[in-house]
Amino acid sequence: MSQASTEIIRISGHTGTVPGAGLNREFQVCKLVDTTTCIGCKACEVACLEWNGLTFSETTFNNSYQTMPDTAWNYWNLIKFNEHEREDGSMMLLMRKDQCMHCEDPGCLAACPADAAIVQYANGIVDFQQEHCIGCGYCMTGCPFNIPKFSPTARKVFKCTLCNDRVSVGLEPACIKACPTGCLHFGTKSEMKDLAETRAKQLREVSGFADAGVYDPLGVSGTHVIYVLHDAKNPELYGGLPRNPHIPYSVWLWKKPLKWLGNLAMVGGLVGLAWHYMRYGQKKEERIPPDDERRI
Amino acid sequence: MTAGAVPHSNAASQDEELIPRYTLGERINHWLGALSYTYLLLTGLAFWSPYLYWLAAVVGGGPTARFWHPWFGLIFTASLFLAFQEWHRDMKIDEADRAWAKAMPDYIQNQDEKLPPVGRFNFGQKLFFWGIFYSVILLLLSGVALWYTEALPWSFRFVRYAAILIHASVALITIGLFLIHVYMSAILEEGSFGSMIHGSVTRAWAWTFHRTWYYDVAGKTRPEQSPPKQ
Repeated sequence: MSQASTEIIRISGHTGTVPGAGLNREFQVCKLVDTTTCIGCKACEVACLEWNGLTFSETTFNNSYQTMPDTAWNYWNLIKFNEHEREDGSMMLLMRKDQCMHCEDPGCLAACPADAAIVQYANGIVDFQQEHCIGCGYCMTGCPFNIPKFSPTARKVFKCTLCNDRVSVGLEPACIKACPTGCLHFGTKSEMKDLAETRAKQLREVSGFADAGVYDPLGVSGTHVIYVLHDAKNPELYGGLPRNPHIPYSVWLWKKPLKWLGNLAMVGGLVGLAWHYMRYGQKKEERIPPDDERRI
Repeated sequence: MTAGAVPHSNAASQDEELIPRYTLGERINHWLGALSYTYLLLTGLAFWSPYLYWLAAVVGGGPTARFWHPWFGLIFTASLFLAFQEWHRDMKIDEADRAWAKAMPDYIQNQDEKLPPVGRFNFGQKLFFWGIFYSVILLLLSGVALWYTEALPWSFRFVRYAAILIHASVALITIGLFLIHVYMSAILEEGSFGSMIHGSVTRAWAWTFHRTWYYDVAGKTRPEQSPPKQ
C-alpha cells in the first residue's frame, strides 16, 4: 500500500517510457503455514510475544507439549499439538500454528457494532483498533475460528495483527522471521497459494500422503493465512480447524434480515402512532351521566 | 354518601374528585423501570445500528455504554419483579377481557363507549405487562450470555449464536410495546400520564376507562351488569 502511493507514473524532462509504468502489483499478503515441516519448537510463539510486547503468561500443562489450551488476549500465536493414530497403527504428532486467519470475509468485522474498532486493509490484514473497541465481545461470536480474546483488565478484545506494523514497512511478520525450519512463509497470496499447492502435490506424489492439500476455506472467501495439511480432508484433526468455516448463520440473520425488518418496524411503528393520533385524536374522559344508576 | 342523595348540580364537581389509582411505591417503581428501560433502549440502539451509534456518545461513549448496559438490565429486571408482585393479580386475564378483546377495533377507533366495562387494567395493558414480563426473562437469559461471552467455552458457542438473535429480536418486541405504551399513556389517553405522577385519577376518568374498577374502589356493591351503552 505504501509502495503503491509512491509509484512513479510521470517523469519530467524524461524521454522514453516511465520505468514500471503499467506494472500490476499484487498487494494481497499471505502467511503460509506448512504443518508437515513444523517441528513444534515454539520459536514463533516467543517471537510473537517479543515483537508485540506481550509478557509471557503462565503455561497450562495438559499432558501435551502445548503451551496452553487456546490462544489468549495476550498470547496470539499458539502451536496446537494433536496426537493422531493412523490406519496402520502408527502415531503422528500433528502440529498446527494457530493464530488469526485474516479472513477475506471476516465474521468479527461483520458482528462488530463499534465504529472503526475492526478494519480490513487492502492487503488483506484484519486489524483490531483497540482505541475504538467497546469490549462487547460480538467479534468473538462472529469469528468461526475462536480467535478474538477478551482482556478483563483492559475490557477490550485482542488478537494477532499479522504484524501489520512490520508488514507496512516491508518486513515479514515476527513468527516468520523466527521459524527455523522454513515451514512458515510470507508473500503475496498468489505466490503462497502456488507454493502451498506445489508442496501439497509433493506430499501426495512423493511422500505418500494421498489426502494432502491446502486449507484456504471458501466459506470465508479464503484466508490470508493458509495451511498445508497432510490430511486436508480432516482439518478437525489439527486442533479443531473447522472443515467449512463461515460467518455464523445467526450473525447473518441478525445483521441482515432482522436489522432491516427491525428498522422498518420501528419507523413504521412511529409513523403508525402519529397517524393514529392525527386520525382519531385524544381519548377524553366523559362526564358521568347524572342518571347513572350506579352513581356513587 | 348514597346515590340518591347526590343532587344533579353537584355532579360536575364530583366528576373532578380524585380517587387513588397508584400507590407511591408503585409509582416510584414504575419510574425506576422507565428510566432504566430508557437507558437500555438508548445504549441498545447504539449497538444495534451504526446509524444510531452516536447515541452511545450521549451516555458517555461506547465502552461506558457497554459496561453499564447489563447493570441497568439488572435494575430493570428488579423493577419488573416488583411490578409483578404489585400487579400480577390485577393483570390476570379473565372472561371480561375476552369480550373486551373482541371489541378492540372500537378501542383503537376511540369509540370507548362501545366497550364492555373493564377492571383496574384493560386487556391491552395486560398484554403489555405480560409481553414485557416474558420478554425480560428472555432478555435476561440471553443478556447474561452476551455479558460474559468470554466465559462461555468454545464448545458452547451455539449459546452465543442463540443469544445474539434472541436478545435483538426480543428487544425489538419490547420497543414495539414501549412505543405503544408511551403513546397511549402520555399522549393518547387524557389523564393517564398524570396518574403515574401524582397517583390519582378523577372519578370521570375511572368511570370512562375502567368502569368496573371505579365501582369496586368506590366501595359499592356492584349491581347487576347491564349491557354496554351503544
